[in-house]
Amino acid sequence: MDAIRDHDTAPDEPLADGLNLVVCMKQVPDSAQIRVHPVTNTIMRQGVPTIINPYDLFALEEAMRLRDQYGGQVTVLTMGPPMAEEALRRALGFGADEAVLITDRRFAGADTLATSYALASALTKLGEERPIDIVLTGKQTIDGDTAQVGPGIARRLGLEQLTYVAAIDLVDRASGEIVVRRRAEGGLQVLGSRLPCLVTVLDGVNEIRRGSIDDMLRAARAEITVWSAAAAGIEDLQQCGLKGSPTLVKRVFAPTPRDDSAEMLAVDGKKPRQIADAVLDLIFAHQPKLEADLGAALGGEPDR
Amino acid sequence: MNAARPAATRAAGRKDTLPERYRGYRHVWVFVELERGHVHPVSFELLGEGRKLADALGVELAGVVLGPPASTTERAVAHAFHHGADLVYVGEHAALGDYRNEPFTLALTEIVDRYQPEILLLGATTLGRDLAGAVATTLRTGLTADCTELAIDGERSMAATRPTFGGSLLCTIHTKGVRPQMATVRPRVMAMPEPDPTRTGPVIRHELTLAEADIVTKVLDFVADVRTEEVNLAYADVVVAGGMGLRAAENFRLVRELAATLGGDYGCSRPVVQKGWLPADRQIGQTGKTIRPRLYIAAGIKGAIQHRVGVEGADLIVAINTDPTAPIFDFAHLGVVADALEVLPAINDAVRRRLGVPNRPEELA
Repeated sequence: MDAIRDHDTAPDEPLADGLNLVVCMKQVPDSAQIRVHPVTNTIMRQGVPTIINPYDLFALEEAMRLRDQYGGQVTVLTMGPPMAEEALRRALGFGADEAVLITDRRFAGADTLATSYALASALTKLGEERPIDIVLTGKQTIDGDTAQVGPGIARRLGLEQLTYVAAIDLVDRASGEIVVRRRAEGGLQVLGSRLPCLVTVLDGVNEIRRGSIDDMLRAARAEITVWSAAAAGIEDLQQCGLKGSPTLVKRVFAPTPRDDSAEMLAVDGKKPRQIADAVLDLIFAHQPKLEADLGAALGGEPDR
Repeated sequence: MNAARPAATRAAGRKDTLPERYRGYRHVWVFVELERGHVHPVSFELLGEGRKLADALGVELAGVVLGPPASTTERAVAHAFHHGADLVYVGEHAALGDYRNEPFTLALTEIVDRYQPEILLLGATTLGRDLAGAVATTLRTGLTADCTELAIDGERSMAATRPTFGGSLLCTIHTKGVRPQMATVRPRVMAMPEPDPTRTGPVIRHELTLAEADIVTKVLDFVADVRTEEVNLAYADVVVAGGMGLRAAENFRLVRELAATLGGDYGCSRPVVQKGWLPADRQIGQTGKTIRPRLYIAAGIKGAIQHRVGVEGADLIVAINTDPTAPIFDFAHLGVVADALEVLPAINDAVRRRLGVPNRPEELA
């Protein structure tokens, strides 16, 4: 992990004036199109298209914006099956400069702890070539929704952890200073921190650009770096995949319908007004106190 | 009396024997989220749930309060007792004023290492998620996010259930071979326990080894939100929400009007946000707000699992949908197969007539 930690003392290399930015992303099934088999309660994966986790696109755009402003380069990194290369190629098409896929059967079944181990190892390897300034990623994925891998990477690499970032106001590579605005309960925290850091980017703060024709052409031809566990510098395979995952999924199931299904109101031939009166009768029959409370709150206000 | 059981058969049947160093880990902890002087209500909801887990395990329930040396920190300690804690660990330090990841991670990790709980629960808020991910990684333990149900199995293991695959199924997750078992739960998923203001107990003050000079990140400023309208969905008594069945963004006027008449708040399903018809802070469901109102009216909402888990805590769910096979009728209490665009304004009028609310000029145009 020294390559990242020694940021302050690393010798200047080409691109030294610019930022070395790495965006961690994930290829996910398009959840809007997932269907559950009505009889077996299993996920029907066939034909479900994959997309770049939409939250990661905000991180990619933010990284490219920083590159455009301060110079430097944007590398996209993902862990996944060989087909995850498609997601990286799409990212190159949007304008990322380099792409790295770490793929190994021993990564299979990784939970967030094992995932952050593999990604942190690959980031360390990347940082050996040139120290990384900022690792960016989405606030969470749409398939797992955990928001745990970003903090996991930061902790493992000793990076400053800046989550739910709505805006990066300033980056000064010379002084190592970074100022961000972070979403907190009831407002935005303005945080002054230091490079190298990990930023998870809030959703909706930017819009992914359309790649140029040049980017599209380059993406189609680009060579994507593919690393196995060994090539990514992973030493301890016990920390990878299912073996390295302390959480164990014991059961996947569809929720059972409630024992007493909904009381269905007879609506045949009724007008909306009659339906509404019947609905209200039933609501207040179930919740008599609600009627009294609402009456007191609503009827009692003179100005309404 | 427990019947003596042959030790050999028990051991043979178990794959995930807990390593020796974790066997002393005992008790259930809830991290009490104190930010800018206020305890987030989710912490009290978690104390209510933690109470059940602790009772099932026959252990104690502890609150963990981290904050600056201030009266607000003392008040958080008292409230933790009121909501069910048997004891409270307190880490007070000037570096724990405004929330920052590093000092809170160091403090919580240090207290966990010292006093060794078997279960640690945090709220799935921006603060709780930021902290839980860092603490779990530091401790190299498992963390299950956004649980909707927690239970203890026959081997003292916590069964944490959460939606999976974008909210289309549920899964139950255990943590094997390491302690503490960590989980986060979103606000309003668990019921608020009735506070008992006479309840109190022992306070364990832990001297933290933090030093502000070692903390890199500084809070330069806090810009409070200026809102044109307050979103109070999670804690509203009455919620009216619309789905794709409302057919157009402008029809959400009907949802807002009925919510206003009922003195409640309004929301929507996930596809409505994805369409851009309403902002994300109006979304109800697993990836939006969880609600527990006394009355929930779902208009034109299909009722995917990810929506269901966000509304199941409602006392009364009324579903209006043109499709009699919509999954929402599986978990609603009262179902109406009709067009929400016709029924919503009719209910609005009916409420006004019934409760004697005088007609008023259109205030929500």
